[in-house]
Amino acid sequence: MIEGTTPLTIVPPLPVGELFETGFDWFKDTFDAAFDAIGDFINSVIDGFAELLQAPEPLVLAIVFALLAWLVRDWKLAVGSLVGMVVIIGMDMWDPAMETLALVVVATLFALVIGIPLGIWAARSPAVSRILKPVMDFMQTMPGFVWLVPVVILFGIGVAGAMVATVIFALPPAVRLTELGIRQVDSEVVEAGHAFGAGSRQILKDIQLPLALPTLMAGVNQVIMLALSMAVIAGLVGGGGLGNEVVSAISTLDLALGFDAGISVVILAIFLDRLTASIGSRRPGHGRLRELRDRFTRTPADRTPARVS
Amino acid sequence: MPAIEAHHLYKVFGRKGREGVRRLEAGADTDELKKAGLTPAVIDASFTVEEGEIFVVMGLSGSGKSTLIRMINGLHPPTAGHVELYGENITAATGKDLRRLRRERISMVFQHFALFPHRSVIDNAAYGLETQGVAKEERRRRAHEALELCGLTGWDEHLPSELSGGMQQRVGLARALAADTDILLMDEAFSALDPLIRRDMQDQLIELQQKLGKTILFITHDLNEAMRIGDRIAMMRNGRIVQVGTAEEILTDPANDYVAQFVADVDRTRVLTASSVMEPPAAVLGAEQGPRAAHKLMREHQLPAMFVTGRDRTLKGYVTEDEVGRHLDQKDITGLMKPVPDFARVTPDTSLADLFGPAAETPAIAVVDDAGRLNGVIPRITLLAALAAANESEVTTSSETETVLTPDIDEMKEAVRD
Ligand SMILES: Nc1ncnc2c1ncn2[C@@H]1O[C@H](COP(=O)(O)OP(=O)(O)O)[C@@H](O)[C@H]1O
Ligand SMILES: [Mg+2]
Repeated sequence: MIEGTTPLTIVPPLPVGELFETGFDWFKDTFDAAFDAIGDFINSVIDGFAELLQAPEPLVLAIVFALLAWLVRDWKLAVGSLVGMVVIIGMDMWDPAMETLALVVVATLFALVIGIPLGIWAARSPAVSRILKPVMDFMQTMPGFVWLVPVVILFGIGVAGAMVATVIFALPPAVRLTELGIRQVDSEVVEAGHAFGAGSRQILKDIQLPLALPTLMAGVNQVIMLALSMAVIAGLVGGGGLGNEVVSAISTLDLALGFDAGISVVILAIFLDRLTASIGSRRPGHGRLRELRDRFTRTPADRTPARVS
Repeated sequence: MPAIEAHHLYKVFGRKGREGVRRLEAGADTDELKKAGLTPAVIDASFTVEEGEIFVVMGLSGSGKSTLIRMINGLHPPTAGHVELYGENITAATGKDLRRLRRERISMVFQHFALFPHRSVIDNAAYGLETQGVAKEERRRRAHEALELCGLTGWDEHLPSELSGGMQQRVGLARALAADTDILLMDEAFSALDPLIRRDMQDQLIELQQKLGKTILFITHDLNEAMRIGDRIAMMRNGRIVQVGTAEEILTDPANDYVAQFVADVDRTRVLTASSVMEPPAAVLGAEQGPRAAHKLMREHQLPAMFVTGRDRTLKGYVTEDEVGRHLDQKDITGLMKPVPDFARVTPDTSLADLFGPAAETPAIAVVDDAGRLNGVIPRITLLAALAAANESEVTTSSETETVLTPDIDEMKEAVRD
């Protein structure tokens, strides 16, 4: 504010941020030990997973990824994936890319483990849904950077904080699309479950979740995409991986490094997006994975082709 | 013990349903409630379905049939009233008890099939057995049988979406049959079938009911179907049951104009039976009567022939006017009597449609009960009159599966929308 100009102060100052800080400080002081423990746990999980991804020869893992793409989709995605992975290797971005991948995968798992049950709960209880909706709106519209502040205070600079920020940022679609998917299931089909005496747990497991699966997978896809974008931003707080490369490219104005890291992010994004999008859109009963599984598990009697009359 | 007892069931959709019930009880009508934002779907419905009975609920679309049937198995909690299945109050049952009742007592065929799209046809059919905890092999075997019974052999491993609407409906039927419960609820269960298969399924249902003794609550908007399969029929209108009775009671004695207009639409020949058109055997000869008396009686009534009965009203035979006239000197008419040919003897529950054949061969048909007693006669002329009445109503019938004469325009629109 420019010295001397006193604005009209009809509106009293609202120390919203400060109030939040006070509460937050209390929270941190009270649960400090718990956060340390959680942070350590997260660190070890992500580090372990990253090491696992970095252990094999990059090219071997690239081929494994390509195979995975072939299994869930087709040979085109397999070839594309392989080319993309080779480019990453060629740019010497493989290690940070795998660190980022580890962060994304673990953050996604956490987001799903938290988000899907919340979504189920919201689908069953209108009250829960009413409460969760604004919370999810808030989490999603708050700029991603803002989450970095409280997270760094709680967990310090490092991977744990980066992951927690990523989870928070990526959580909303998991909750929303789970709820949406379950609510979309034809109510008469659910009634049929009730009519034959199924319990609500059985109905959830045998009817609602399978039928919500395409929507749910769209949610998973969004979670992964948000996690990837946040994982890069989280480079600012020591999230490691490609985010780190981007941050150092900015601070040293290294255009080449920036591009290498950026292209790697794009390749990872496309790979993850196509991979998960095709899982959700496939009709049940089809697909290579199921085919393979059936080939190995079916008894000969089952395999007699159904007579079409 | 009755299989189903419905006691003063009300279902009023809307936020203040109970308030709506109070107002209905105080005499408010449907329109008043609708203005208040309430939808009275079922109003004060009470009925009893005996074990082994096919009870049909019949009404136009929007009259509350689906809502009613959903209260029977507790899918909809009634706003007021309650339902008992074999004396057990299902409306008050919760959790475990409710699920047990649904598994053991009652299964349902849904109007819009409500199949599980992600399960194969056989896994759909086996669902009831699955919730009952039947082992996999066993339930697949029984589901397969039910599918065969419904004419779906060879479709076990297909997904419902690969089947036509009529076939999907039969999967829904197989699913309910496989569950093997005492009571079957069927909500317009044959509506998606084409007429031939539909008639076939109706016959099969009746057969099945006779074989397995199931209690069936069947819903339809097609009165012909109702008359064909129902032991008793409840006519429903705007949420209320306006008449309960056998097909014949409803045809011959409709409780009000609404029912009467519905009834005008029915193919009477299928529903009316010999006993409902026969005339009392007033002019009948006793076997001990002399030829002169007989001859006089026949001339009085201008009858070319008459049936002859014994003292216990058993049918002995018939005599013709010619024959009697030529042998007026005989002691009694026993010697002039000829036996009634089989085609001219029918039972009281022979349908009108089956009387036309005999009527072509003989001027009068004898209606004879199991004990051989003559219950009545149907002169050809009477049959023609009944047929004329039936045909008259047929003119207004465009197709067998559609209800055509609708009491008012609003309901007509609702019927179209459905
Ligand atoms: N879940 C519901 N909420 C509000 N109104 C309903 C609901 N279900 C049915 N209704 C209304 O109740 C009335 C009866 O419907 P329904 O029982 O489906 O009739 P039918 O099966 O005879 O066609 C209709 O006016 C319908 O709009
Ligand atoms: Mg209906």
